Formats: sequence, C-alpha cells, structure tokens
Amino acid sequence: MDMSALNPVAIAVALIVAATPLVFAAIGELVVEKAGVLNLGVEGMMIVGAIAGFAFTQETGSTTVGVLAALIAGALLAALFAFMTQVLMSNQVATGLALTLFGLGLAAMIGQPYSGIPAPPFPELAIPGLSTLPVIGPLLFAHDWLVYASLVLTAGVWWLLNRSRAGLILRAVGENHDAAHAIGYRVVAIRTAAILFGGACAGVGGAYLSMVAAPLWVEGMTAGRGWIALAIVVFASWKPWRAFLGAYIFGGVSIAQLNLQAMGVAIESQYLSMTPYLVTIVVLVIISADKARARMNAPACLGRPFFAAG
Amino acid sequence: MKRLSLLAAAAAFALGAGAAQAADPLKVGFIYVGPVGDFGWSYEHDQARQAVEAEYGDKVETSYLESVPEGPDAERALRQMAQSGHDLIFTTSFGYMNPTLKVAKQFPDVKFEHATGYKRAANVSTYGSRFYEGRHVIGLLAGEMTKTNTIGYIGSFPIPEVVRGINAAYLAAKSVNPDVKFKIVWVNTWFDPGKEADAANALIEQGADVIMQHTDSPAAMTIAEEKGIFAFGQASDMKQFGPNARLSSIIDHWAPYYIERVGAMMDGTWESTDTWGGIDSGMVGIGEFSDKIPADLAAKATAAKEAIIAGELHPFTGPINKQDGSAWLAAGETADDGTLLGMNFYVEGIEGELPK
Amino acid sequence: MTWAGPLLAVALTMIFGMILFAVLGKDPVRTILIIFWEPLTNDFSRSELLVKGTPLCLIAVGLALGFRAGVWNIGAEGQFIVGAIAGGAAGLAVYDTAGIWVLPMMCLAGAAAGAAWALIPAILRIRFNANEILVSLMLVYVAGLWLSALVTGPLRDPDGFNFPESRIFHDSATLPILIEGTRAHVGALAALAAVVLAWIALERHEYGFSLKLFGQAPRAARFAGYREARVVMLSMAVSGGLAGLAGTFEAAGPVGQLVPALPVGYGFTAIIVAFLGRLHPGGVLLASALMALTYIGGEGAQLEMRLPAAAISVFQGMLLFFLLGMDVFSRYRLAPSKARLARRAQGGAA
Repeated sequence: MDMSALNPVAIAVALIVAATPLVFAAIGELVVEKAGVLNLGVEGMMIVGAIAGFAFTQETGSTTVGVLAALIAGALLAALFAFMTQVLMSNQVATGLALTLFGLGLAAMIGQPYSGIPAPPFPELAIPGLSTLPVIGPLLFAHDWLVYASLVLTAGVWWLLNRSRAGLILRAVGENHDAAHAIGYRVVAIRTAAILFGGACAGVGGAYLSMVAAPLWVEGMTAGRGWIALAIVVFASWKPWRAFLGAYIFGGVSIAQLNLQAMGVAIESQYLSMTPYLVTIVVLVIISADKARARMNAPACLGRPFFAAG
Repeated sequence: MKRLSLLAAAAAFALGAGAAQAADPLKVGFIYVGPVGDFGWSYEHDQARQAVEAEYGDKVETSYLESVPEGPDAERALRQMAQSGHDLIFTTSFGYMNPTLKVAKQFPDVKFEHATGYKRAANVSTYGSRFYEGRHVIGLLAGEMTKTNTIGYIGSFPIPEVVRGINAAYLAAKSVNPDVKFKIVWVNTWFDPGKEADAANALIEQGADVIMQHTDSPAAMTIAEEKGIFAFGQASDMKQFGPNARLSSIIDHWAPYYIERVGAMMDGTWESTDTWGGIDSGMVGIGEFSDKIPADLAAKATAAKEAIIAGELHPFTGPINKQDGSAWLAAGETADDGTLLGMNFYVEGIEGELPK
Repeated sequence: MTWAGPLLAVALTMIFGMILFAVLGKDPVRTILIIFWEPLTNDFSRSELLVKGTPLCLIAVGLALGFRAGVWNIGAEGQFIVGAIAGGAAGLAVYDTAGIWVLPMMCLAGAAAGAAWALIPAILRIRFNANEILVSLMLVYVAGLWLSALVTGPLRDPDGFNFPESRIFHDSATLPILIEGTRAHVGALAALAAVVLAWIALERHEYGFSLKLFGQAPRAARFAGYREARVVMLSMAVSGGLAGLAGTFEAAGPVGQLVPALPVGYGFTAIIVAFLGRLHPGGVLLASALMALTYIGGEGAQLEMRLPAAAISVFQGMLLFFLLGMDVFSRYRLAPSKARLARRAQGGAA
C-alpha cells in the first residue's frame, strides 16, 4: 500500500460532493425538530426533490430552475405532512413513514420518462484567480454554487436559531408549546413554516444528488440518505455547525472506505459503516445524561402534538 | 378462468405440442430485481422481454413484476405467476434461486428459467452469459488506452461472476501492457448511484484513468465523462452518459436466449438445460468502439473478439498462476467451466486481497 | 362511529386510486377489484395474506402496547433483523441436527435477541435520559449492517460460491406449515395469540392499566406507585421480543435462510399499522390484514394490469394518509370535552 498516492485535496473534494446532500437534508430537519416536530419523511422529500430537480432541468435547460423546482417539490410534500400532523393531528411518526413510502413511489412514477438520460452539466462557480491556487483553489474556490449555498444555509440557520427573534420563538415552540401558545405565539403556523422549510431543504439535498453528485436520475437513488440525515441531526445535538460537520463525517466514512480500498487496504466495510451510528448513540447519551445541557439542545416537545386546548 | 387456462396449458403439455396452444397464447412471465428503468440489469432483461413479444406477436403473452426484493416476497411473486397460468417464467436475479426451486417443485408443469444460478431441476433451467469473454476484449482496450497504467475497477460483491470478470480483464490488459495495475473497490451493492460515483472518484484520485465497473448504474460513466477519463458501458451501452468517456461496452443481450427458449416451449422441445452463452451466442454484446480508440488497437480488439467467437481464443489460457504464485493453468491449458463458475481467487499480479 | 372514519378513508382511497389508475390508462374499477377483492377469492392469496400479515401483526401489537405508555420504540425493524440473525444463527449452529427442540430454541434466541436489542434504548432512556425514538432508530442501521456483515462473513454458505447468503435451514429448523401447499406458517397462530394476550393485558390486567396510566397521566401513575423504569423496560422488552420473534419466523418460515434482503421494512410498516389500528390489539389485527391485502393485491395489479410498482406505493401512501387523516374526525366527534382532548393529546403523542 502506497500512502503517498493519497491526494488529500482530491479526497476532500469528493467528500464535499458526498456530504452536501446530507448537509441540506440535515439542516432542514434540524429546523423542523427545533420547532418540536419529528418528520421521518426526509427520504421521501429528498427523492421527490431529486426527480423534480432533474426533470425541470431537462425540460427548461436551466439548472437554477431545476434547483428551484426541487425546493418547491420538497416543500409541497412537506406541506402534506404539515397538513396531516398540524391540522388533522395525525401521528408524526406514522405520517412521516407514510410520507417516505408515498414520496418514493411518486418520484419513481414521475421519473419514468427521465431514467436513462444524462444530466446537463451543473455550472461550477469557480472564483476567478482564486480557483487556480494550489491546494486551497480546488478545495475552497472551485465548487458548484450549491456547495456555497449549503454553507450559507448552515450559517443562516445558526444565526436564525441563536441570534434572531424568530429563532427564539421557534425554539420556544419546540421547547414548550403550551407555554408558547399561552404567550400568544401561533404554534401551528410556526411549526408549519418550519416543516415547509425542512421539506425545501431536503428537496434541494435530493436534487444535489441527481444533478451534481451522480448526476442522473434512477428510481430509489437516494438509497437511504434521508435516514442518515435524521441520524446526523441527533449526532449534532441540534446544532447547525455540528450538523454540517456531522454530514462530512457521515459522508466521509463512505469516502474513506472507498479510498482506502482503492489504495489497497482491506477493510471490513460493514463494521466501519456502523461506527457513525454508534457514535451518534454515544453523543446522544452524553448530551442527554446531563439534564441541564440536554435541555439546551434537544427540543423538549420533539414529536409531541400540540392541541390548542386552552 | 385462470384455473381453466392453467388446465389447458397442462393438457397441452400432456398431449405434446397441440392445437390448444395455437388458440391460447403462451404466457411468459419475468421477475426483475430492479425497476425496468434502471438502465442496467433489469432494463436489459425487459428489453429482451419486448423482443420476445415482437418476435412472436400474439402467439405469446408476457407480463412482469419489477422491483421484487430477493427476500420473502420473491416466492409469492413467483407463485402468483405460476398460479395465474404462466407457462414459462424467467427469474432474472441470483437471489431468486431458492424461491424458484421451491415454487418449481410445486408447479411441475410450469417451466422456469433462472439467471446466474447453479441449481437446476427437471423444470428449472439456468442460464448466464460468459461476460468474461467481453471482459477480455475491453481489458485489451483498457490496457492500451491507460496512460497512468492504472485501471480502476468497481466491484459489487466478491462472487465468482465478478471475480472472473476482474481476472479476465486483468489478464487481457496485462498481455498488452505489462506495467498495468488494477485498483479494485468493492461497494457491496449492485445499485447505489451515489456510492458508485464516489467509488469512481476515489479510483480516479488513485490515478486510474480507465474505469471498469461491475455494478448496475451509469453513475461511474457520468463521472468519467466529467473527469475526462475513459470508462466502459456495463449491462447496457451507456453511450448517452459518456459520449467522450465511453470506449466500448459489454451489453447484456438476453433476447436471443429468450426467443430461443420461448420457441422451444412452443414446439414442445423445452427441457432443463444449463446455458452459458458467450459472444458467439449473441448473449454477450460488445458495444461499438469509440473513435478515441486508434485503428490498430480497434483491429486488435476486433480480432480478439473474432477469435473468441471462432473458439480459437479462450480468455483463460495458461500459463496462469494464482495470486499466491501457485500454478493454476499450464501453458496452453484452458480453464474448465467448473473452476470458472466457482472462481474465488485472483490471478497472479492483481494486488490486494479478495474479500472473504 | 369508530368504523365510519376508516371506511370513509378506504372509500376515498378507492376514488382517488381510480383517478390515478385511469390517468395511467388502466381500467380503474378492475384495478381496484384486483387490489381489494381478488386476493380474498383464492386459497393461495388468502394464505399469503397470513404470510404478509403475520410479522406486521406480531410487531405492531407489541409496539401498540408501548405507544400506549408513551414508550416510542421505532426501531422494531432493527429488533426484527437481530431476531432473524439470532434465531437463524441458532438454527445454523446445530445445522443438520434433527430434534423438536431446534425450533423452540431458535424462537427463544430470536425473541431474546430482539428484546435485548430493544432494551438498549430502554436502559439509555432510564439511565441517561436519551430519547428512545432516536436510539432505537440508530440501532436499525446497525442491525442491518450487521446482518450484511454476517452473511458475507461467518454465516455465509460454505458451498455457496461466495454469494452473500447463509445455508438453507434444514427441516427441523424450518417452521411447520399451517395449510399444506402454502407458506402460511404457525407464526400466524403466534400472532393471533399475541393479539389475544395483549387484549387481555390491556383490558383486564394491571400491566395494561399501568401502561395506559403512564401514557395518559404519568404523574398520577407515579403517585399510584408504578415505577416508570419498569414500564419502560417491560414495554420495550415486549415489543422488541415480539419483533425478534417475527424476525425468526420470517427467516425460518418464508425465507428459509439468512439473506441480506430479509428485512423488507415490516418494522417500519408495523408502526403505521399500530396507529391505523388505533393502538388496540383488535384494531392492529384488522390493520395488518388491510396492509397485507394492499401488498398482495398490489402485486396482482402489477401483474394483471401492468401497473408500475411505483403506482402501487403511491396508492398505498394515499391509503395511509387518508386513514391517518380520518382519525381526526372520529377523535373530534367522540371527544368533545377539553379534558378528554388533553388526555388524547398525551395518549396519541409521538
């Protein structure tokens, strides 16, 4: 095995491609969970975003329209979840699972005419001058705009949650919906907004897969990434930058595996793949064990339905 | 109604080829592991199904079930087909082997054709393709076309089928380029476009400038196109995914076999067989060569293909040693099918350990 | 009254389903008949309803008990897989041994493994306050990868040419069949027994009372002297054990070996089934039958009407949405009072 063959820059670039869909989906779900809602339908929203992005890019020739369509498609599917859980008060866990089933089927149905077509190239937003620098050029300044968007999104959500009044309200709703309601916040409206935001993000995450990472459309192409996004949110203990990092770690495990193999290192890939999940459990235990710290992170009302009964 | 047609079919068999069939179309069923739109394995089987329909017109009636997981649902899907009066059922993935045999036992009058398996019965045939012959041809191309002397190979599972392909391609590449090296990545899935793309990227980072794959999605091809390197279509031609990257392809042509077997059912000559068709049978298609390939190399590859068809060239012809240096084939000796079907070792020169 | 909601939901699904099928160019009425009626008309499909419904029912009954107490085990899929692994491994360990003790041993191993897998989130919740929804979900992935590692490693069929699957279980490690010539196995009886026992526990036994009390008024339950830890442990162990048992049944029954594709999502579907059955054992039984019906009927429709598999899952998704959504009407009609709503709020929490 030849370690010198390892090109850290190239691996980092591959890592960015693998992690970006996860960043979008995880950040979206993080906001949803911060509002006290558990939407297990991330996989369904991602794949609907993947086909919407791909299809609209094909039809219009514009990747921007594609991304926009993915965003709307994800939000639309999320709207269904919001209507079910916030208005009809159906159970969130069951509804989220149904959403995944529905989304996978819907995407496959819509996508039938689109399989077997290559995706048009996604424009890279290489920053002139900087992108040609050695090492940091390809690492920092030569990506598609969605990569930068994922950074902006993470920063934005961090700011929203920690520095803005809207974030304070959102967290209050997730923390104690009865109290928030008593103060006069419209719990259902706020949660619905968060759910739509989460859906939009998941949609874009899916579109990244079909438009940049793979880039093509085939049925079932999200291959469980929506579920990984759910794990990342917990791993991150509901903190945006940690979710960003988590996406890179979860994505990184698979990249590391493939690169190690390509270098000729024999590894038991399944056991390596398990580790992020086990680490997530450990992280969860650590942040939950200290009740004071747990309260700062985990939304207390996560998954609890709110009834305006007072 | 269903029972009636089943009875009619059974009666027809009892009487040998009879008039009953002329009135009643032959019902042929197909079970696919993926969606028909996967543009790989299942897609090609479905293309062959359509070819059967085109060949026999209203003398045949086909139906299929797609995305049937290789778990508990496979047996039901099979039984449902057998029960609803299908006369011949193609089960097109390895994981259907045991369910196929179970159902075949209960429906002795229905004939089954199982792809890539190794268990047969009186009414169960098996069939597969000698894809390694195709691997030999594209291995030659890869060996000559690589500038970095590094060929990346995306493997699914370390089963004989895949190992055989690696060995055949390596031997061919090595024969034209003694410095060639294979980098092999196992993704442990047949189908995950994201992961296949990641694997292609990892191989490219390790210096590979030609990618071969034994997985089903065209993701690696799209990455090769993006990175400006070469790749080969797998299962289907995949030209549209890599107009510049694609050098050639190994195409699964199931149509000749399916048409032949359906025909055998119609004239009552069907019997349980084990078919392992190569390029000569038409089951292994070699996609047209890209114009990136120099004319003399194209001629060399074409000559190899012709020699394989003529039976003059066997991709596994000694002297060949196993990876550990022990002798496998003496000079001039060719591999027997038994060893090939159970192949669980790398040949000498391939680096890395075959996952056990 | 309780019937009106589900019936309306099914009716709505049929209407929207017919629109969907018509848009796809298929005969809508015929397709609906194939999905909802034809599976009931022949022996084979009826037996397959048992095959498909058994794991759903077994798992969902256990989950429903826990959900009643506000114990959110959503990792039944993982417990199912671990149950299949343990039961299967136990059977393979004594490969080629005849004996009537083999199957009971496998079932015991499977149920114990499932329960143990479920106790991990239970203990972490009690001891460290960790959210059991998330822990149990994480453990699903771990279990799936473990199964994959085992069938490509130690449990792989030595004569199987490196294909990732175990040996086929020998006869004494295979479940007895209920109806000759079908796949309906004795697991169906176990599922039925689970329904009855859960029903009795819920309505007549103190355990059921403590579950309901914890679900509806945790504080009152604590005052009454019930220990939360006990309820959590017991709920998780019971649901995990049943899921593990279902896994063993699946491996030793319809599949007959360990394969990576063994889990087909029963553990997740069972969560939906538990809610469709309104967390009542009787309801769960009906809901699993309905779900099984749409699966079997859906395959029939694929075959006969040449419907794409995707259309079937869209159709199933619609059915679930309508059923879950319709609950709201019965809830409001039946529960006009504020106090009752509040109780529901906690009882139906996710």
